[in-house]
Amino acid sequence: MKYEKELKKAFSISIPVLMGYIVLGFAFGLLLTSFDYPWYLAPIMSIFIYAGALQFVAINFFNAKAGLIDIAIASWFINIRQSFYGLSLLKRFKNSGKLKPFLIFSLTDETYALLTTIKDDETLNKKYYYLFLGLLNQLYWIIGCTSGAVIGSYVEFDTAGLEFSLTALFVVLCIEQYKSLKNIYPFLIGAISSIFALIFIPSDKMLIVSIIIALIMMFFFRKRIEK
Amino acid sequence: MTGIEIYLAIAVMALVNYFTRVFPFIFFIRKDPPSSIIFIERFFPAIIMVILIVYTLKDIEFAVYPYGLKEVSSVIFTAFLHLSIKNYLISIFGGTIFYMALVQYIN
Repeated sequence: MKYEKELKKAFSISIPVLMGYIVLGFAFGLLLTSFDYPWYLAPIMSIFIYAGALQFVAINFFNAKAGLIDIAIASWFINIRQSFYGLSLLKRFKNSGKLKPFLIFSLTDETYALLTTIKDDETLNKKYYYLFLGLLNQLYWIIGCTSGAVIGSYVEFDTAGLEFSLTALFVVLCIEQYKSLKNIYPFLIGAISSIFALIFIPSDKMLIVSIIIALIMMFFFRKRIEK
Repeated sequence: MTGIEIYLAIAVMALVNYFTRVFPFIFFIRKDPPSSIIFIERFFPAIIMVILIVYTLKDIEFAVYPYGLKEVSSVIFTAFLHLSIKNYLISIFGGTIFYMALVQYIN
């Protein structure tokens, strides 16, 4: 094969993602079918959405019969961190031609982390190397999600409490955020806005209201946060 | 949700998700982002994670027994695992199994 070297290199650096995506995707698939949604939503979602946290939250949207505009706004803010991954890759993706739309689509947290931490090997054809890395990572995610959903819909076991995997995922991401930011204010704003909304707002509007209050608070206290 | 509503919701999420990834390639290819955008970028991810933790626990009745203690102790357990072992898969699965055991075996 013409680009065998690129494929081999992409595979070898993607192995940690292989582990993570299979396991986390499997949990997503199990959770999805534990609410009696059909298993084939797992491959559909992992092909077209391909975002870990958002897919987990999507199950809550389905359960809550959330409105499409609420879903759009919430999805935007849940994934807003991704809007800045591209900034450091503008140059590297510049000459990727027709592959560029897919390379951009493939920018999950993990793919971005691999692309920015591993030095480019100058002997490789970069755009194919990036392509294989993106394809392999998404393939792991699709396999994980689908196998979890298929097994979840055919094997009967008590899944009560499985939904906590979503909470646990956010606890982990929150700790990682704190490690990199070392600033307590955003966490206080998140806690105050969401607890306020939890108490005073009907639960189907709680997420959107929390986001709006948090945005207002963050600009009100901007000087203090940035200090 | 059922049938068509689910597919519409998936389509919206797919579009918005792609929009968040393609955003800098559309808007900032020639000029740098304004400071307020950089401010949101830097601090909002931390805010949304806290909001999402509370959001996932929104249906818990904190006013009646067991007062959300199962959830709160599982959050603490997950955080403890993550701070001590530092492997996100162990933290997520350990925390989830801990919570499932509490829900399934303790009244």
